[in-house]
Amino acid sequence: MRGIRKQFPGVVALDGVDFTLRGGEIHSLMGENGAGKSTLIKVLTGVYPPDSGTIELDGRPIRPRSAHDAVELGISTVYQEVNLVPYLSVAENFVLGREPRRFGRIDWREANRRAAEALGRLEVRVDPSSSLGSHSLAVQQMVAIARALDQNARILVLDEPTSSLDAREVERLFEVMRRLRAEGLGILFVSHFLDQVFAVSDRFTVLRNGRLVGEMPARGTTRLQLVSLMLGRDVDEETLAKRPDPAGPAAPMVEARGLGRRGSVEGLDFSVAPGETVGLAGLLGSGRTESARLLFGAERADRGDLKLDGRRIRVRSPRHALRLRFGFCPEDRKTSGIVPNLSVRENIILALQARRGWLRRLSLRRQREIADRFIRALGIATPDAEKPVGTLSGGNQQKVILARWLASEPRFLILDEPTRGIDVGSKAEIERLMADLRREGLAILFISSELEEVVRNCHRVCVLRDRRQVGLLEGDRVDAGAILRTIAGGGEDA
Amino acid sequence: MRRALHPTVWAFLAWLLLLGVNLAFTPGFFSIEVRDGRFYGSLIDVLNHSSPVLLAALGMTLVIATKGVDLSVGSVVAISGAVAALMVTKGQAPLPTILAVSVGVGLALGLWNGLLVSVFGIQPMVATLVLMVSGRGIAQLLTDGQIITFQDPGLASVAGGSLLGLPNPVVVAACGLGVVAALARWTAFGTMVESVGDNERAAHLAGVPTRWVKLGAYAVCGVGSAIAGLIVCSYTKAADANNAGLYLELDAILAVVAGGTAMTGGRFTLVGTVVGALILQTLTTTILTKGVPVQWTLVVKAVAVLVVCLLQSDPFRRTVLSRRSAA
Repeated sequence: MRGIRKQFPGVVALDGVDFTLRGGEIHSLMGENGAGKSTLIKVLTGVYPPDSGTIELDGRPIRPRSAHDAVELGISTVYQEVNLVPYLSVAENFVLGREPRRFGRIDWREANRRAAEALGRLEVRVDPSSSLGSHSLAVQQMVAIARALDQNARILVLDEPTSSLDAREVERLFEVMRRLRAEGLGILFVSHFLDQVFAVSDRFTVLRNGRLVGEMPARGTTRLQLVSLMLGRDVDEETLAKRPDPAGPAAPMVEARGLGRRGSVEGLDFSVAPGETVGLAGLLGSGRTESARLLFGAERADRGDLKLDGRRIRVRSPRHALRLRFGFCPEDRKTSGIVPNLSVRENIILALQARRGWLRRLSLRRQREIADRFIRALGIATPDAEKPVGTLSGGNQQKVILARWLASEPRFLILDEPTRGIDVGSKAEIERLMADLRREGLAILFISSELEEVVRNCHRVCVLRDRRQVGLLEGDRVDAGAILRTIAGGGEDA
Repeated sequence: MRRALHPTVWAFLAWLLLLGVNLAFTPGFFSIEVRDGRFYGSLIDVLNHSSPVLLAALGMTLVIATKGVDLSVGSVVAISGAVAALMVTKGQAPLPTILAVSVGVGLALGLWNGLLVSVFGIQPMVATLVLMVSGRGIAQLLTDGQIITFQDPGLASVAGGSLLGLPNPVVVAACGLGVVAALARWTAFGTMVESVGDNERAAHLAGVPTRWVKLGAYAVCGVGSAIAGLIVCSYTKAADANNAGLYLELDAILAVVAGGTAMTGGRFTLVGTVVGALILQTLTTTILTKGVPVQWTLVVKAVAVLVVCLLQSDPFRRTVLSRRSAA
């Protein structure tokens, strides 16, 4: 790709970017939110036509006009959110749109066989006739990859494939990627996890604000160099191992004792005081999100106690939780967070308005004031407050949802993976924000897959395994090693 | 990249075009005269006859914005008309009571729809189909299968009378528009409706009372339909369980969609709905005044709505425009 330029109303998303992907390499595309990674991928895969610039494949100029076109040319993409149909079976998804036919009918036996065979090559063993939605995201992703490979891909684009995988699943994905590399495939990889990028890449291309800022081999490049290029400023690596400031003595605000729900999660046991942050750590599927939903009333607890300011409560619904001054930024911002076609302003005031009730509408002026205040405070990149949220980048959407809950003036804030799928710079901003909120006396429940993040931000960490709490680490005992040992089950159970 | 025009703008342009056609080919279409302190003319007829559709379409706009649909509008029209006609022929109840009871029945039916959809989680199309089918039956039971006619001047004046020179239905429809617009924009109900229609799960987690919001939308639709029913029954001085308000739900849906509110829910526009209702009625009136056989009305209406929807469709415009520039 040479001199790719792409302009959207109000922004130049890509400004003369060059990008070269060789056969048999894993090439990571790096950059903050809004750096132009997604746009570059969409130009490559035919979703957007470039305003100028050329694309060559094996020396021949190509001009993919649609995603379908790109697939025909041998460029397949697996997106961050799996774009398959959960209600259909694994095999149906695998052959969707190019079903094998026999005597004019779809040959399901052949489809099942081919799906099983292709998945077998990735060492995924599932029943091809089971419905896709019944499998973990990791398996769904493998199905998406198998589907892409089955379409004679020369280039495989993996856009944030690891954001919902746990460590073991990531390792398996990497093995698959390395095997495909050995077969001569060019792989374009996008991930926000630096560890992963270093573990698997051969080369990096770094974008910032729509411009190419560097291309380099992975070997010989340090983390610091890479992050500095991405952020355009020097970051000292010491901040990576910091711990939160200790909170002053205060009576616990929220206390859970053996809280649980049949079939969901059990034995939640922790307390959090104003100015404190408690973390939930555990592998994917260990019950972290379920715990958050339980505390927020999205599901009702059927055992154990929950106390607020020393008084027993039962959270009946999200609306009830809102009135108790709880806030909840859900993990899956696309399906449970943003209201995509409403404006940034309306998304920000939604929870506050819901708490006030439909009759006491916030005046447009108040709404604008609130929206502008949070756009400035959180650095939300949007031309104005009236832009539909769905058009913003992932990190900015996340900030809008954060703003929604901060605007509702919560006392207890539940953040479920607030840093998932967003860039390093935004992550740092969100962590800074959490520290500010603690100082203002908020109690925070923080859920994250990144152990360092948990260690950096939490005074106390609940460790979950197989949908129950298996440990509680406090104070000096909070460190990544201890959390890992507890998750693995070999460590000391508190 | 040019910004796409709002769908309502296309609808408005289509309506202007329609008026332009009349200006050119229908002499006297725009003439308005005053007789007995009351306005007469084709334009007044358009407003007058579009009011039942508009009243139903206002509530329908809210329902569609929640990602729902209400197919029972026509049946509610029949029931509310039957209730009013029955009360006026059988009893001595004063007019305000009769009107209140009819509207109350509409409210109850709307709440019933809302209950099925929001609490029991039945698909809106199926839930309201129940009342669409059974509602006609209920109206027939009320009227004993007969067409009830009445001469009561009070009930007849609901559609026949006038206020400030305008036919009563026009005034009622304007008030209805005012009330729904106030509900939608002066309270937070409108924003909540849009959030529920756009992403119900997110709205629920943000604390929006999604059930109540849906219940409210269907209730408004029920009330609007009942008022439409009173007007229809008053026009004809009769309650006809089989034909009153027949297909009115479809006209209401057409008005909403032509006006620029998408069936996929979310953003809605009441102004668009008004324009949509006016397009439908202007067409009908045009056809009648041009002496085109009545059988053609439905076909022409369908074609007009199709044209409006195609104008609003981005892919359609793109294909047509690129063809033209290529040629």
